[in-house]
Amino acid sequence: MKNFEYAAPCSENEVLQLLSDQSGQTELLAGGTDLVGLMKKMIVTPDRVVNIMEVPTLKNIEAVDGGGVAIGATVTLDEILAHPYLEDYPAITDAILGINSMQLQSQGTLGGEILQRPRCWFYRNGQELLDTGQISGGDNRFHAIFGNNGRSKFVQSSRIAPALCVLAAEARVIGPSDSDIQMIPLLDLFRTPRQEGQREHTLLPNQLVTHLVLPPVNGGLNATYEVRQGAGPEFPLASAAVSLELDNQQRVHQARVVLGQVAPTPWSSAAAADALMGQPLDAQAAETAGLAAVEEATPLSHNGYKVQLAQVAVKRAILRAAGLETGGL
Amino acid sequence: MTKSNEYTDSSRATVNRRSFLKGSGAVAAATALHSPAVEAEPQAAANVVSGATTITLNVNGGDHKVTVEPRTTLLEALRSQLELTGAKPVSSDGSSGASTVLVDGKPVMASTTLAMAVTGKNIETVESLGGEDTDAVPRAFVKHDAQQCGFCTPGFVVAVRALLNKNPDATESQIRQGLNGNICRCGTYNNIIKAALDVVKGGV
Repeated sequence: MKNFEYAAPCSENEVLQLLSDQSGQTELLAGGTDLVGLMKKMIVTPDRVVNIMEVPTLKNIEAVDGGGVAIGATVTLDEILAHPYLEDYPAITDAILGINSMQLQSQGTLGGEILQRPRCWFYRNGQELLDTGQISGGDNRFHAIFGNNGRSKFVQSSRIAPALCVLAAEARVIGPSDSDIQMIPLLDLFRTPRQEGQREHTLLPNQLVTHLVLPPVNGGLNATYEVRQGAGPEFPLASAAVSLELDNQQRVHQARVVLGQVAPTPWSSAAAADALMGQPLDAQAAETAGLAAVEEATPLSHNGYKVQLAQVAVKRAILRAAGLETGGL
Repeated sequence: MTKSNEYTDSSRATVNRRSFLKGSGAVAAATALHSPAVEAEPQAAANVVSGATTITLNVNGGDHKVTVEPRTTLLEALRSQLELTGAKPVSSDGSSGASTVLVDGKPVMASTTLAMAVTGKNIETVESLGGEDTDAVPRAFVKHDAQQCGFCTPGFVVAVRALLNKNPDATESQIRQGLNGNICRCGTYNNIIKAALDVVKGGV
């Protein structure tokens, strides 16, 4: 690991003061499950690491007046799982349960989980994140099947981000100056890098996500389903989160479908959501929505199999939200 | 939306959405959500540390001084300065679970934890489960021959202890699920599960 300066400030203001406006010079440390490993491999080499775990305002889960929940960026995943406020948000708890490692759940934080760096095995072995031929001409079995026509062919790795997106969560972002506060819809937090060195999110280097704010679900249904190779802690091959609202005839009148592990950002599928609109929530509607979700997939040379897995993830997330989940593919 | 009573005391008063967004106003200020505008803290810059620094780590119930750089991991401090070599370096990114220790009672990977980040916290290593009054978990591992090469064993022992502290009546499937963050390349999982179940049943 390259050596670096270290600071553990106790307030949001102090965090902002310690951050550089140059990308890569300072890194925020929360649980460390991703950043420390990347620094050991010299893939990430900051001059200063700012530990935000000592900032008390980032550690709470609070009810928001008028409904909804605000979760601090450094709340750990096991704290989220155990919290009664999250009962209405099974899409989030499904995703955290899928992470399947006590250590990652008790050490990892919500902010760190959604802003973790890509798990692309070329990137993690010291090659460039964007394609220079190593991905398109190499073993791309775990890479993107959507949004991959540019040089970004990695997949966004967060397990929880698709759930936050379908739940219409917003990130509370502060900085660069003390008075700059904004609420960013989660889908807008992510972007597809177009040149080397660009991050996978739209934050400035000296901005900080302080909270993720969830609106109330108002009786809506939501769920996440991950397709994984086994029951172990490995990353899913495809995942989907859905949120659905039914009218009084039990037909879908609002739907959001966001896929994970298939594109350089969480991948919102308007086609799948449209396919559900006006339909009764049954196996046929789930099947149709799954097919619609993958209609425009553009797999690479070795990941065509992910198209069916993404389709199944959408179908089963809908069935799970509806309480109709059954075994098998 | 009905909320559990235990979270509706005054210290967790609800926060108005608008004041939350703007970060100003009495409601937001009354909660922990300090806004920059009403931030009570003065401009005191946080202490920036660089180079070798002596810090105190509370390990297995005692305070220990160690000299570390910001990049020193907890695992390196434990193994090379405190001679606590139970936690093992296997994967550099924590994916093996072999460096599992308890920090404030929770299982974390010492290999992905910076030493400076755990000052003031209660660190327990596998060594705290040994000694004259050996804990039931390592005794059960011996009884059930739950190790082969043994390199993953300390991580598994600490993970089982953490799991059973949280859920003393864990079922076999809960134990299998809970130990997913630990890897044994010899494949001695069955005996580890047997050992953990024996502790649940009070057999050791």
